[in-house]
Amino acid sequence: MKVRMIASLVGLAGAVMAPFAAHAWEPAKPVEFVIMAGKGGGADKAVRFIQSIIAKENLGPTVLPVNKPGGSGAEALLYLKGKEGDNHTLMFTLNSFYTTPLRQPGLEVDIETFTPVMRMAEDTFCLWVNTGRKDGEDINTFEDFVAAAKAAGDKWIMAGTGKASEDNLITDFLNTTFGLDMKYVPYKGGGAVAKALAGNNADSTVNNPSEAQGFFVAGTVRPLACMTPERIGLFADAPTMKELGQDFVYFMQRTVVGAPGMSAEAATYYQDLFTDVFHSSDWQEYRKKRALVGDPLTGDDLMEYWKREREIHRGMLDKLAGK
Amino acid sequence: MVEILALLADGFGIALQPLNLILIVLGCSVGLFIGAMPGLGSVNGVAILLPLTFVVPPASAIIFLAALYYGAMYGGAISSIMLGIPGASTAVATTFDGRPLALQGLADKALITAATASFVGGTISVILFTLAAPPLAHVALVFGPPETLALMLLAFATFVGLGGDDIWKTIFSICIGLVLAAVGTDIVSGEPRLQLFGLTGFFSNINFLVLAIGIYGIGEMLWTIEQTAKAGGASMLSRATVSVRRVLAHLRDQLTLWKATLMGSLLGYFVGILPAAGATPGSMMAYGVAKQLSANPDSFGKGNPEGVSAPEAANNAASTGSMLPMLTLGIPGSPTTAILLGGMVIWGLEPGPQLFVDEKAFVWGLIASLYAANLFALLLNLTFIPAFIAVLRLPFTILAPVIFVLCLVGGYAPTNRMFDVWLILVFGFVGYLLRKLDYPLAPAVLAIVLGPMTEPALRQSLLMSGGDLAIFFTRPYSGPIMVVAIALLALPLIRRLVRRFRTG
Repeated sequence: MKVRMIASLVGLAGAVMAPFAAHAWEPAKPVEFVIMAGKGGGADKAVRFIQSIIAKENLGPTVLPVNKPGGSGAEALLYLKGKEGDNHTLMFTLNSFYTTPLRQPGLEVDIETFTPVMRMAEDTFCLWVNTGRKDGEDINTFEDFVAAAKAAGDKWIMAGTGKASEDNLITDFLNTTFGLDMKYVPYKGGGAVAKALAGNNADSTVNNPSEAQGFFVAGTVRPLACMTPERIGLFADAPTMKELGQDFVYFMQRTVVGAPGMSAEAATYYQDLFTDVFHSSDWQEYRKKRALVGDPLTGDDLMEYWKREREIHRGMLDKLAGK
Repeated sequence: MVEILALLADGFGIALQPLNLILIVLGCSVGLFIGAMPGLGSVNGVAILLPLTFVVPPASAIIFLAALYYGAMYGGAISSIMLGIPGASTAVATTFDGRPLALQGLADKALITAATASFVGGTISVILFTLAAPPLAHVALVFGPPETLALMLLAFATFVGLGGDDIWKTIFSICIGLVLAAVGTDIVSGEPRLQLFGLTGFFSNINFLVLAIGIYGIGEMLWTIEQTAKAGGASMLSRATVSVRRVLAHLRDQLTLWKATLMGSLLGYFVGILPAAGATPGSMMAYGVAKQLSANPDSFGKGNPEGVSAPEAANNAASTGSMLPMLTLGIPGSPTTAILLGGMVIWGLEPGPQLFVDEKAFVWGLIASLYAANLFALLLNLTFIPAFIAVLRLPFTILAPVIFVLCLVGGYAPTNRMFDVWLILVFGFVGYLLRKLDYPLAPAVLAIVLGPMTEPALRQSLLMSGGDLAIFFTRPYSGPIMVVAIALLALPLIRRLVRRFRTG
């Protein structure tokens, strides 16, 4: 509570100070905010929300969201790469920021050349099943899940968001660790995945909490375990993978990136801007509601984080490819 | 029932507050404009204006955006009819007969038909929405990939024979559309595929509007210019007139279209509530079914008003329908509702099964506002028809370049990609050549719209069943739909065989 109060006070102070703060550089025109995913998805919603916070609190320039969903983010990455030295282009990324350049070396995208601005949050993942399964079986615990999935073999359907996506990597981890043979069926987005489970067209999902939340509140789906270091407040009954004896934690970043070779002054400006956004009461409320975690990270710390995460993903992708 | 009426009465209490009434008027007007501009559809309108809505309460915000969505559905028909360019994907089917009517000097009739059919479709669907939201939400939920595939097959089946008599040319056209739909990214796995010539522009899927604007905006225009030149410079288009007497006569004629309008309304609504379908396939299917049911199917594509009323009733009905899964399941039924869904999060509302329980004022305020928005959009549309007709009376030598510019701007606006503008020009030129060779192009447009929905449904179903085709026939909803679709597909073949047998 105290932390939140301080956070909102800082946010308030930031909001009041912003118009008076003198910056060495300020945007001369509206800022393009590239989204690595399509309209209506999680990243898209977050960007439009950030855009509304910036406008509402009068924090900075006009922001123009632009969707570049092509090739699992390849289109967006190439676009940003081509904006070298541009001070008016930002991008909002997810984990395809690591996986797409790894899987498509031909793109010649090196994420170390991009300008780190601010990590706004990390999204978490939980394992979900339907509470009213068609076969009438009641799956209440992670052990129940392992037993049922093992018995079903490749008839067990795990719905997720695309091949080699975050969901696929987690599914792969579950399959190899627990000796399962779940079949992975890709859908177009987290919302469609959640609906497939709720409509009993899939046996399980590893949705982000925000995607499954509506059905959870209605009692249609149940979380069995979460890939987080600690239990998530909203789903206090679901243990972490660590409690289940597996040291497995997985996050999806929600991070603002600048074009390569952005001037240092501009980078500082955007870091300050997104610090203000981060501490705004609206963003804090959004984080709480969506069960988002992750401290704000910026500059060199953010770059170190990227490098670390890229190596983790390299390992996961190699495993997925059977190397 | 009594409870529903009480809730609806409360809803009207909210919708008719002065602020909300103003927002309905504003939303409809902006929507009408956005819908009428080629390339700018309701998706863009809602996305652009969404961040501005935080200044009003959530119920007012969604009322404004829903009115805009609605207005755009009305507006889409305007450029389809007047310019021959679908203003939005939802209005493509309207072009098929709306444009020929305009070319016969009957633009006013087409516009009035579109407006009244939209009104009827919108109103019928809101009534259905009011009475039966929760049970239908359940149907939407159990609708999985096999059901979606069956529905898509049905849509293709209703279109058999659309392209005229030459079956091979029709199949060729469908194949072109399917190949174009496959460019860019594998929809199911997200893997790159068919990235033609390694061009960055082909990394993402070809937007259907790019093809539609190219074929209809540029290709058809070149064709019209050629025809006009042959006819000595005079186009029937500019002979459009409007008078009170004509308007009244056209309004009376609407009664004869009741069958197509009613069918379009019901079909549009049910397709609309199915997640991931939305108003575009709904209007396409309505057009196809209207043709099948019509007394003179041969006049379709040559200016049959039924071909305007069915898709227009359907796209408005579907836009209401697609709000149902959005509100009750948190799943958008169309791209526009996907953005509205994001808006609800911004306003601090949690879409999903609990919304009807926890946020009665919001839900019923929205439903009531849809009744009002419909009525207002109709009045607005009818009022402006003389102005639209006046535009058509401009000399073609002025109108044609203006249309040309609008096409290019409209192609650029939704994606901000110059690449799309080049594509439009290429498609336009190729479209013109194919038109000269008498290839039907509507099937290609249909394929590029439905392809990206059909393919994942097929692949997901087969993954689910382990490759067993029985999955399409053994499930309670997909089975019957599949049988009807196959029967419809086989029908022309059987007819042909019977004819040959009789004559032979």
